[in-house]
Amino acid sequence: MEATGLTSDFQRRAPNRFLRAVIGNRKAAAGALILFVVAFAAAFPGLIAPDDPQAIIYAQNAGPSSAHLLGTTQLGQDVFSQLVWSTRLTLLVTVIVSAIATFISMIVGVTAAYVGGITDRVLTVLTDVFLILPVLPLLILLAAYLSPGITSLVIVLTITSWAFQARQLRSQGLSLRNRDFLVAARARGERSIYIILVEIVPTMTSLLAASFLALAVFEVGFAASLQFLGLGNSSQLMWGTMLYNAQQAAALESGNALWALAPGIAVAFLGAGFALTNYAFDEIGNPALRPVRRRRGRAAA
Amino acid sequence: MRYLARRAALFLVTLWAALTVNFVIPRVMPGNEAQAVLATFRNVNPAALHALEIEFGVNVRQNVVVSYFEYLKNCLTGHFGVTAQGVPVLSEITSKLPWTLGLVGVTTVIAFVIGTLVGILSAWRRGGRLDAILPPALFIVSTIPVFFVGLLLIYLFSVKLSWLPLGSNYDIGSTPSLSLSFIWDVVDHALLPGLSLVIVTAGLWVYSMRNNMITTIAEDYVKTARAKGLSSWRVMLDYAARNAILPNLTGFAMQLGYVLGGAIVIEYLFSYPGLGYLFYTASTDHDLPLMQGLFLFYTVAVLVCVLLADLATAALDPRTRDA
Repeated sequence: MEATGLTSDFQRRAPNRFLRAVIGNRKAAAGALILFVVAFAAAFPGLIAPDDPQAIIYAQNAGPSSAHLLGTTQLGQDVFSQLVWSTRLTLLVTVIVSAIATFISMIVGVTAAYVGGITDRVLTVLTDVFLILPVLPLLILLAAYLSPGITSLVIVLTITSWAFQARQLRSQGLSLRNRDFLVAARARGERSIYIILVEIVPTMTSLLAASFLALAVFEVGFAASLQFLGLGNSSQLMWGTMLYNAQQAAALESGNALWALAPGIAVAFLGAGFALTNYAFDEIGNPALRPVRRRRGRAAA
Repeated sequence: MRYLARRAALFLVTLWAALTVNFVIPRVMPGNEAQAVLATFRNVNPAALHALEIEFGVNVRQNVVVSYFEYLKNCLTGHFGVTAQGVPVLSEITSKLPWTLGLVGVTTVIAFVIGTLVGILSAWRRGGRLDAILPPALFIVSTIPVFFVGLLLIYLFSVKLSWLPLGSNYDIGSTPSLSLSFIWDVVDHALLPGLSLVIVTAGLWVYSMRNNMITTIAEDYVKTARAKGLSSWRVMLDYAARNAILPNLTGFAMQLGYVLGGAIVIEYLFSYPGLGYLFYTASTDHDLPLMQGLFLFYTVAVLVCVLLADLATAALDPRTRDA
């Protein structure tokens, strides 16, 4: 059977080709490298920074030295070690929120597309409303009612960000609606919930991954912004709370600029990692957006 | 017309949703935050306090549904309650509005023009040097949190070089007037916060504009225009860009909420006394009525802009009229 031989060959090679596409794409490679570095710091912070990040045992407001690569805080904590140990919660919150928000947007989008009718209209309006409501003001408002901490952060970020991808997942769901395999599933008498979760969702894996990455880019920034405004728990080590503490101590103006700049650079670094990966993902998934090789000698446009 | 009717319906539903969010949040959140906050209110006249109690569900013995309609009536007649100091929320907002309007308005227009132009040019010379560098660079920059850009600018221009002021809207000593020196003072103070917002938001428009342009350039009428021997600039701007910009208008308005959010952080960072700074102080003071009023105000601002963009799209693009 020539045809099946081809398919299995294709399937066998698919992950391989994907891997090659990632490595061949410079943006993807840079993004993946950044994410790897951050994940490593989150998993083994002690290997990189053996100092206790919370211990108040060093000279106060010290400049950078070989003992304290980024100096010390106003209280006398090691800034480098705070930076490294903050990676864990920062990455964890970003990943959890992006995963839950992607899941909700998937359920809303696919249900709207598959069930159709009045359900579709209600869910679409709900999505549009959440897209228009200004995110940061809503975040601040919600945060005012909850005690500051990781759980509150995850809850408010999820509530305000699920709508971003729901629309896109709905249109993908619509395009699948009348495919043969779904008609067959309906003819078998499967329930809607089974069809959505077992038949439709697995075909959307790459789109879901792209949604996850796109959300992660913004969650990193939103989480840090909220904490920077003082709506976090400043005793939990995250880059946003470091920024808040540094800002409260007027670190920039009082000659301890690294304390404020280092966590800012870290936030931008992680955001860029997700953004580069996402950007490359778009290019791999959508050939129309791939950079065109410029042909020499082509008539000037 | 069906297009406009649908958009107008969305306007009303979203407005209603924002009003309802304000009514529901104090009731579903754990703890007695609203009660604790209202207990601290002093010098507030009894009628205003009663309106707040209805909005926040404190000390009300009536049915929730009755409260809800009373609350909606209060909002629709312009009674948005009072702040912790007893000042009407609305007058507190309008007194700070000009600073934010100036800052966000000017920077958004500048960012939109820069982003759109880069999108047009990079699509026109697709695969060229500009296309290879600027769109990805602006995209990456647009993912950097705005406060970090602000911090960097403060560090460079205020702390290291001492060229520009650290914060505030004008020098403490000067009195507002229409003199040239005062206007320069205001511009001087708005430069860094404005630049931070432009840097971060310009990238938001580049991609949608570039991708719209790429599809538009492939259209027959663009080929015809070229075949007629029109100048390259004319084809690019009058034929392709003019049509490609249409879908971007609504996107422009939708992003306003994001820009306003960025402005909150920037106003806090620069102690710039606009609505964002007011929101920040309201949140540190736990002034819930002021926060809810501001949230409502932001929503209405975004909604009005979305509606204006829809009207413009309907006027400029005949395809939307019979869609």
